[in-house]
Amino acid sequence: MADLRNNFVGIKSPNPFWLASAPPTDKAYNVERAFKAGWGGVVWKTLGSEGPPVVNVNGPRYGAIWGADRRLLGLNNIELITDRPLQVNLQEMKQVKMNWPDRALIASIMVPCVEEEWKAILPLVEETGADGIELNFGCPHGMSERGMGAAVGQVPEYIEMVVRWCKQYTRMPVITKLTPNITDIRKPARAAKAGGTDAVSLINTINSIVSVDLDSFAPSPTVDGKGTHGGYCGPAVKPIALNMVAEIARDPETYGLPISGIGGVTTWRDAAEFLALGAGNVQVCTAAMTYGFKIVQEMISGLSDWMDEKGHRTLDDITGRAVPNVTDWQYLNLNYVAKAHIDQDACIKCGRCHIACEDTSHQAITHLVNGVRHFEVKEEECVGCNLCVNVCPVENCITMVPLAAGALDQRTGRTVDPTYANWTTHPNNPVAQRQAAE
Amino acid sequence: MGRLAPGITSGRLSAADYDANFSDLHPPLDKHEALVASDRCYFCHDAPCMTACPTSIDIPLFIRQISTSNPLGAARTIFDQNILGGMCARVCPTETLCEQACVRNTAEERPVEIGRLQRYATDTAMERGVQFYKRAASTGKKVAVVGAGPAGLAAAHRLAMHGHDVVIFEAREKSGGLNEYGIATYKSTGDFAQDEVNYILSIGGIEVRHGQKLGRDFTLAHLEGQYDAIFLGIGLAGVNGLGVEGEDLAGVEDAVEFIAGLRQARDKASVAVGRSVVVLGGGMTAIDAAVQAKLLGAEEVTIAYRRGKENMNASEFEQDLAASKGVTIRHWLQPKRVLGEGGKATAIELEYTALTANGLAGTGETVTIRADQVLKAIGQTFRVEGLGALEMKGGRIAIDAEGRTSHPKVWAGGDCVKLGEDLTVTSVAQGRDAAESINRALAGAARSAA
Repeated sequence: MADLRNNFVGIKSPNPFWLASAPPTDKAYNVERAFKAGWGGVVWKTLGSEGPPVVNVNGPRYGAIWGADRRLLGLNNIELITDRPLQVNLQEMKQVKMNWPDRALIASIMVPCVEEEWKAILPLVEETGADGIELNFGCPHGMSERGMGAAVGQVPEYIEMVVRWCKQYTRMPVITKLTPNITDIRKPARAAKAGGTDAVSLINTINSIVSVDLDSFAPSPTVDGKGTHGGYCGPAVKPIALNMVAEIARDPETYGLPISGIGGVTTWRDAAEFLALGAGNVQVCTAAMTYGFKIVQEMISGLSDWMDEKGHRTLDDITGRAVPNVTDWQYLNLNYVAKAHIDQDACIKCGRCHIACEDTSHQAITHLVNGVRHFEVKEEECVGCNLCVNVCPVENCITMVPLAAGALDQRTGRTVDPTYANWTTHPNNPVAQRQAAE
Repeated sequence: MGRLAPGITSGRLSAADYDANFSDLHPPLDKHEALVASDRCYFCHDAPCMTACPTSIDIPLFIRQISTSNPLGAARTIFDQNILGGMCARVCPTETLCEQACVRNTAEERPVEIGRLQRYATDTAMERGVQFYKRAASTGKKVAVVGAGPAGLAAAHRLAMHGHDVVIFEAREKSGGLNEYGIATYKSTGDFAQDEVNYILSIGGIEVRHGQKLGRDFTLAHLEGQYDAIFLGIGLAGVNGLGVEGEDLAGVEDAVEFIAGLRQARDKASVAVGRSVVVLGGGMTAIDAAVQAKLLGAEEVTIAYRRGKENMNASEFEQDLAASKGVTIRHWLQPKRVLGEGGKATAIELEYTALTANGLAGTGETVTIRADQVLKAIGQTFRVEGLGALEMKGGRIAIDAEGRTSHPKVWAGGDCVKLGEDLTVTSVAQGRDAAESINRALAGAARSAA
């Protein structure tokens, strides 16, 4: 059996599946249910300063987009940080941690960018027995208008400053949560590292308007005729999150910095992909908010069964394994040639591969052969773009088959060169690195 | 009276049973069901379902329109090709047409529910009374349409769209043809056939004259003098006879008459049915008659067909439907004679058949089945007078690919021609296409006259 135990910057949990700081972790009732269901840890919903808590809107807080059969693909929200008194949260955190000593309990914190504010709250959190803190520099709506959340996360200097305060005033590990609403994710990650953070977590939600009500002409969720941008999450954001995680994992300046991966994790497979791109564990929210806490059971068994099948014994065997294979476009091997292949037994003859290729790409898939409906790749036209694979409704019906070295590429009339050659040396590149002799 | 009363009698069931038995076979989809069903469509290229549809409805497009909450747009896509799309959604044997061709059948043996989705869209438009077509400015041309069945209605609507003045001559009291008189009640409940006729006629420019029968009240020669073009959609008026002893006994009836009587009866409890019913034939009419006899409360209903299961014209779905209603289907049996007492049928003697070198032949062995009602569904024939010297083919009116007969002013379509299957949807396609051909001919004539 694979060992799923997770040790993330010294915080131990029985598995790498944590619930992200969000509505599911707002109070003891929910967190107790989550731990009973099997979650390895939770990041408690973001705490604010002592005093009157924030208030939320009393209308809709969430909006969504759906795929076929109304599968939720993306969720956005305009909810703020916890709207319960600080002391209530702290008491409940302490009790839950006592009840569940083997689970990770992290406190998410967002207070104004003032040293005294951080200095005041950190001891209170530490007293609960929490395993660590996560700095919420990501929340893109509401709190950012008050100079917190993403407003801090978008200024690397502020990140470094606040992280430094936290490292100064608490012994707890510090995880810095990053906003994706920024051009280059490496900049805030580097700043967090410079401030001494133990880890980063990402991504927080993305600025978004999920839809417009075409009767009222207002963005949804609509509160009394008006809407505002919310934070976008769920399966739709996973590709953006994976890229940002990989960017930090492969950046020489932040290489090796522990990462807690967040963004659309819905299945064990999503989690494994985050781990492979350098995450030490993952945080989940939308999947739980869509299906309930039980989904963690699929994630645990799926990850464990896959690891057993592949011979991976611990999470360390997986984490970062794909990072060396993430590169820049200019280093991709231009001598590699692949062609689409359609499995005729699996083909249901919907014709989508043909029309996608015919209308929008390279006219490389037949429609009729000898007057009969038949879909087959014309190798002399196929550039191996993979569009047909992506639009085919049948899994593994169309696959990309690499041409062996020495084989004839019918499209170019050239044989496949076994050597590696990329754009940096390509004759068409005006700034190619020429041989020294030239 | 009562369920087991001997002979042919009405009121075998309770009012509740009649209601339940004659409710919609496929209840309409509600909006949620329609959205779920439409999400399954792959929007195929050159979609096989569309190719399989005799009227070539753009099925992927109308389903996508449903999935984007645009059922009226979907209805228009359907009506553009098939103005009787509402009835076709109910009566088409989709399991042998669009839904058989659906790639989801290949993928998982469960097609997209095209028929029910079509009904969802067309019902939405018809219930809201949305009209998509306007009559073009009058051309001054007059076209006679003989028969207000699916072919005639489709032709008339298309001709009206093009601005021609149309007069429909219909022998019966109501329009609709087999939609009104020939369809199993549970496939088209309420007064849908008449609602659809009204919806089609509301385009304007179409006058319907009922009680006008070709050969009795007028002839083709009469029409020729008064109209610029004529479309014949006269269906099949004749019914094949058994030609066996006892056929004249009371209780031996044509299945089409039985179905028509049931269809026209407001109160199904007033329709008489035998306690033991034998239906002769292997097509849709046989199934419709047998199933409805059972639903009317007959104790035992047997379909006897002279060939094997694989030769039956009724689809697999229809056969299964009959079986599920308690109808027994027996193969390789042909009628030998009907037995009776006091002038009423009591039983039927059937002879076993087998395929021989000379074709189908009786084996000499027989079986006798109790039958106080025998329904003949062994095929309809083209039988009409007043056509003059129109060229015939295979016992029906000969036409070319666009519906032209041997007479330059006469077109024909529907069951009275032998081209394609005898289905409502085929008739609609032929009526529509003949109307386009007529329109081209009239436009050409107008040009050369000018």
